[in-house]
Amino acid sequence: MNNAEVLRIRNDFPILAQQVTGVPLVYLDSGATSQSPSSVLEAEQEFYEQRNAAVHRGAHQLAVEATDAFEDARSAVADFVGVRAEELVWTANATAGLNLLAYSFSNADASAGGGPGSGARFALSAGDEVLVTEMEHHANLIPWQELCRRTGATLRYIPIDDDGALRLEEAQRLITARTRVLAFTHASNVLGILNPVATLVAMAREVGALVVLDACQSAPHLPLDLKALGVDFAVFSGHKMLGPTGIGALYGRRELLDAMPPFLTGGSMITTVTMEEAQYLPAPQRFEAGTQPISQAVAFAAAVRYLEETGMDRIAGWEAELGQRLVSGLGGIEGIRVLGPAAGRPRTGLAAFDVAGVHAHDVGQFLDSRGIAVRVGHHCAQPLHRRLGLTASTRASTYLYNTTDEVDAFLAAVSEVRGYFGVARDEDGAHG
Amino acid sequence: MSALDALYQQIILDHAKLRYGGDLPESQTAAAPLAAGVGQSHQLNPVCGDEITLRVEVQDGAVAAVHWNGDGCAISMASASVLSELAPGLGPKELQAVIESFREVMRSRGKIEADEEVLGDAAALSGVSKYPARVKCAMLSWVAAEDALYQAVTPA
Repeated sequence: MNNAEVLRIRNDFPILAQQVTGVPLVYLDSGATSQSPSSVLEAEQEFYEQRNAAVHRGAHQLAVEATDAFEDARSAVADFVGVRAEELVWTANATAGLNLLAYSFSNADASAGGGPGSGARFALSAGDEVLVTEMEHHANLIPWQELCRRTGATLRYIPIDDDGALRLEEAQRLITARTRVLAFTHASNVLGILNPVATLVAMAREVGALVVLDACQSAPHLPLDLKALGVDFAVFSGHKMLGPTGIGALYGRRELLDAMPPFLTGGSMITTVTMEEAQYLPAPQRFEAGTQPISQAVAFAAAVRYLEETGMDRIAGWEAELGQRLVSGLGGIEGIRVLGPAAGRPRTGLAAFDVAGVHAHDVGQFLDSRGIAVRVGHHCAQPLHRRLGLTASTRASTYLYNTTDEVDAFLAAVSEVRGYFGVARDEDGAHG
Repeated sequence: MSALDALYQQIILDHAKLRYGGDLPESQTAAAPLAAGVGQSHQLNPVCGDEITLRVEVQDGAVAAVHWNGDGCAISMASASVLSELAPGLGPKELQAVIESFREVMRSRGKIEADEEVLGDAAALSGVSKYPARVKCAMLSWVAAEDALYQAVTPA
């Protein structure tokens, strides 16, 4: 990709054409939520104008069309990440997917002796361990903290080094016969680092631990083949990949999903119900109680089609270029400390950084006055920030619709921040 | 004056560096038993993780001193600083009224003009009210002061 192609792509995104505070919007917060092309917005509108009905019930024509659209969407999103449609469960977002897993595991009954649906293999108790990493988003940390609290299992974490890389010798030491679940992010939402999935999966396989991958920051940005990666479960969110809010997906290997007890129960997920008990449908319906986000699923499918048509390899290549431009540019500005891999090392298209003497909120406010939208705060990764000696940082995150000119405008604005807040002269000596 | 300059007035940037009252040692921020007439409150802004521990000392029916320990953005630091400069000498009811006046300005989305007679340097923070995402930053120390004041004047 190049800037000329990006400018054509931008024509598909009406929101990006606007001005904020009298200057063109420079949207560098796609790591938090991405913008949608017209084809996604139209898909949702077209669904409501022509097909809207409840799915998987009702014999009328609209119900049939809505069900087809809903299940075609599932196939499209499943294809996009290299899995089978019946292995993809719709969730409200990635957080909901991780909570679904953690609650399903705690609904598993160890005493049921492994009968169908008992999910005995998922049951945790004292002595078992769940392993995460020090760089996790709170969404891939707190559900596991709570699962351990409910079951008596112990939560451990793989530490990072000063550049943000997982310490694999520690991972090797921590992954033991007691490890039942290994949950980690594919790409860090703060560091921009890509974790070595194959290495970690191999370690987990040796001890029979289940592997849960947080693909929120990889599915939107890289070609992703979950089958090839060999993980047991994975989650991602629609709104981070050109789709609407309110929908995400949980992938699980078929045999695992079918053995796992449900979390939310109710309508649409059952076969036979008496006043005393119920039998459940196989996956994915077993995990989709109640009316689902149908139009969102249809729009999510339109989003992955847009990404496929553009080409995930090409998007990843372009974002890698933007990411490097961010890091090398920031590295050349006095008083800036970039978090994560140094310039020239692999990273996704984002960069979080600290500005000496200026709080992230003030950095973000200054950039906003130039029309530049970035994320400030702990980015839902407080333990990671604490490990790096920070409370908060500023993050610029790119997507397929960002140009190098936008990155340059961002860098130019960042270079003015310390001067504006009057710290450039005071602290240059201290921070060298 | 640009919108940004109206938010970050020089007096705010000065207070953000001065940090008047920001001299409470870290070692004294634990919720230890406090002397009579002293109240202390810890407040956290979950959006950015900024924290402040603020102490109000009341003697002879008036605020004698405000001390705090915290770190945060220019708005939150300046806000704690102006508050610490403003509060000493005020009676508990007067300080409560000042806090309420400040809160009213902050929540007004720029519609209520700050009364400099009442708010002193804190009036310079009125620009924050146009930025709803930053109101919490400005309010953090004032919420802490309100809580600490209540404790200081409430018999144990």
